[in-house]
Amino acid sequence: MELKMFILVLGLLVGSGSPDIGPNQGKCSDSLDPGPQDQGNHTLTPQSKKNFPVLSFGYDHVRLPFEISLWVLLASLMKLGFHMMPRLSSIVPESCLLIVVGLLVGGLMKLVAEVPPVLESKIFFLYLLPPIILDAGYFMPIRQFTENLGTILMFAVVGTLWNAFFVGGLLYGVCQFEGHRLVNVDLLSCLLFGSIISAVDPVAVLAVFEEIHINELLHILVFGESLLNDAVTVVLYHLFEEFSSVGTITVMDVFLGVVCFLVVSLGGIVVGAIYGLLAAFTSRFTSHTRVIEPLFVFVYSYMAYLSAEVFHLSGIMALIACGAVTRPYVEANISHKSHTTIKYFLKMWSSVSDTLIFIFLGVSTVAGPHEWNWIFVVATLILCLVARVLGVVGLTFVINKFRIVKLTSKDQFIIAYGGLRGAIAFSLVYLLNTDHFPKRNMFLTAIITVIFFTVFVQGMTIRPLVDLLAVKKKQETKRSINEEIHTQFLDHLLTGIEGICGHYGHHHWKDKLNRFNKKYVKKCLIAGERSKEPQLIAFYHKMEMKQAIELVESGGGSKLPSAVPSTVSMQNIQPKKSPQDRALPQLSKAREDEIRKILRTNLQKTRQRLRSYNRHTLIADPYEDGWNEILIKRKRMMELEKKISQMNNYLTVPAPAPDSPTIARARLASDPQAWGLKSLTESIPTIKVDLASPQSPESFNMVDEIGKKGSQSKASEEEDGLTMKVPSMTKPRKDKTANEDDDKEPQQRLMRCLSDPGPAGEEDEEDEPFLH
Amino acid sequence: MDLEQNDVSLEQIAILHNRFKQLSQNEETLRRDDLKTIQDLESNPIRSQIIEAFFDSRNFQNDGVGSVEEIGFEEFLTVMSYFRAPPQHITEEQREKIRRSKLRFLFNMHDTDNDGTITLEEYRHVVEELLSRSGALGRETAKGIADAAMLEVASISVGPMAPDDFYEGITFEHFLKILNGVEIETNMHIRFLNMDATVLCK
Repeated sequence: MELKMFILVLGLLVGSGSPDIGPNQGKCSDSLDPGPQDQGNHTLTPQSKKNFPVLSFGYDHVRLPFEISLWVLLASLMKLGFHMMPRLSSIVPESCLLIVVGLLVGGLMKLVAEVPPVLESKIFFLYLLPPIILDAGYFMPIRQFTENLGTILMFAVVGTLWNAFFVGGLLYGVCQFEGHRLVNVDLLSCLLFGSIISAVDPVAVLAVFEEIHINELLHILVFGESLLNDAVTVVLYHLFEEFSSVGTITVMDVFLGVVCFLVVSLGGIVVGAIYGLLAAFTSRFTSHTRVIEPLFVFVYSYMAYLSAEVFHLSGIMALIACGAVTRPYVEANISHKSHTTIKYFLKMWSSVSDTLIFIFLGVSTVAGPHEWNWIFVVATLILCLVARVLGVVGLTFVINKFRIVKLTSKDQFIIAYGGLRGAIAFSLVYLLNTDHFPKRNMFLTAIITVIFFTVFVQGMTIRPLVDLLAVKKKQETKRSINEEIHTQFLDHLLTGIEGICGHYGHHHWKDKLNRFNKKYVKKCLIAGERSKEPQLIAFYHKMEMKQAIELVESGGGSKLPSAVPSTVSMQNIQPKKSPQDRALPQLSKAREDEIRKILRTNLQKTRQRLRSYNRHTLIADPYEDGWNEILIKRKRMMELEKKISQMNNYLTVPAPAPDSPTIARARLASDPQAWGLKSLTESIPTIKVDLASPQSPESFNMVDEIGKKGSQSKASEEEDGLTMKVPSMTKPRKDKTANEDDDKEPQQRLMRCLSDPGPAGEEDEEDEPFLH
Repeated sequence: MDLEQNDVSLEQIAILHNRFKQLSQNEETLRRDDLKTIQDLESNPIRSQIIEAFFDSRNFQNDGVGSVEEIGFEEFLTVMSYFRAPPQHITEEQREKIRRSKLRFLFNMHDTDNDGTITLEEYRHVVEELLSRSGALGRETAKGIADAAMLEVASISVGPMAPDDFYEGITFEHFLKILNGVEIETNMHIRFLNMDATVLCK
């Protein structure tokens, strides 16, 4: 099946390539603007009256988008195909397979005497690369990145410089020794070539490392290095390119080069940060136009990239900075759906880009002008590998003096082995001017060979090697609330100890930065109450949201998934009450019925789906603003349910957890009157579904609710519905709920909003820092 | 004084001694008030617990119990020694030992009544302190967070519990278990105690 699809697509591609397919006419409807064939009015009617064209063929004016779409379709179908062959995709990394596909396609096109398209640098740098980098930057794990920043910078800057000069210099030496064909390759060209080929490529690294699930430290080291070495590459490239025409480099130029490096890297970061802050600030006001929220993130980031490229600053670093700066603030402002949209769009775009890049790499190999020179190519390959190993070992020796968690030799091996080259190097070489660099084709061939070697050989063997060396893999544990509490606790503790020591270590500065962030920046950039939300609470809410979504998704199911397993419930951890409190609560039958009714109606409304909405009246946020409300209410309702079920089953030991809402619901359902829609009396709170009401009030937040709660009933102030108390307490609380619901009548009701829980299954991946 | 694995260098001891003298205003012993004067601690939400930890004799490694009013330089140094980084080449057993001692320090910070378990009340207090700078919003969610955390510990440590069972509190073993993911031995250290170079003390 795959083969058939593949051939079909190829046939279309090849067919679309040839320009003169059919008569170049307009569409089949009467063309008011005559096509180029029509000479004028006088040719229309009197002479040979053509039959009215019912169906005509006009390909040229859709040619470009058609071809692009075909390529994208091809790429996606390939990706689909690979995952249908699990055996193959477990041995060979995807990037290799894609390059092979590209080779095949290129070969086919050549057979049909078509000119296969080469990966044009402009397309690559402007359209294919940014999505991948933005995806990486947006989901960058900031904490690990900053903890290892020193190491990463060392590898990126010093390592790349070392590689560039080592490879370039020694290649020059080889060229000199070799003789006839290579002797005119001058030093500068070699150095330029060295600098291009020495940079570790983020696209290739991502593609390979993503599949091997290596531990976070190594991942962030290699990946961070591949991102940050862009600045070095840019500077070296421009430096050598500029001066290759001149021929010599003076000390002044070197000094300027260093200054240039600082400008390029810091400038890129600053540009990215500015755009990031702008995006964050804009997102503060988007509560009424939720639909275009993701657009802001994308456009601002892309503009950051382009702006940096205008000034020849490091576009990659700008993009990373923009994504990293934007994320914490934007996520606090945008709706849950927008967040999901951003995540999936970024993943989708970067995936497509990634696939296209590798396919084109394959095609370009077939297409590109080649000049094969055994010595040069082999020398390049060997020198690259040797340089990498030496560089990593040497740098680690120095770095380990400053690190607490030292890098073992296993780590070093993986870092060295993971230095893959990729399409960026290819595109940079492709950009070279043939006049200045007569040996460009040879460079191209050499680079392609190195890329193929690293991607194929290193990419394929890294997985078995990782297993063989028993390198620590990524832990799949979910982030628990206890760990979060203690991480925060440790941060404060260490800051405090540093204060006592009188030593201003990096905890101190981190703490200062956090406080500055909280005090000034967050107020500016985050809308409403969420600006004051501490991180622990944000984390807790995130977890609860996950739980609630899981709950809704499995609402009718038999199992109740939860982050906090239902094997232990609140009553197990509450301090033991004196025996008389544990007596069967005495609710009158009427009261019990009332409680049942309330629960039933509330729960039933959960199931209603929104009938229709269009994107213009996408209701402003009842879902988001009332989310805290939802959670508290839900909790309360679950507790009440539990209480009722326990009242019924107090003396039995139930097989599944007795407090599972599903079972409680089942019990209620067995009541013949359970699901009838009763007319609701005054005392029972009503739930109105208000489709096009005006925007919900800005932030109905917990503070208000607690204020209300506190003022109304002091007795149950302490516990917010989570404990079993003496039954007399339940009454005031129920009344409170009734009152509060009535109070909030004109506001949006929360229940219907749970209709669209979103991709709950993948919510874990929010906490996963890496791309999947 | 515990100087087995990682000898705190003489230089570091000298620096800490200077600091001790500075804090205690040249007296022999340090009191709580002396630590309270440190300006950098003002904005720290768990300030009081940190200060208490210095005066908690469980941390002095001499099997003492209860809190004291004043400490000498030896105790000061002992408490500081909990924040050393583990030396590079140590066996698994030694690493585990270091880990336990650091986690014990943390445990003692939470277990204020020294009954060997962190009860729900104590844990709530911990979370409340952490969120104490966040106003009313913090206080109310603190309970929820502490409850959820406790539930998590209970379910990880004990597993399914019948409705009548009661989970007393987090024992030290449970504490070790839940903090398995946080690499305490490397995370809980102050770089100062690792560097050989002298650092200017204020």
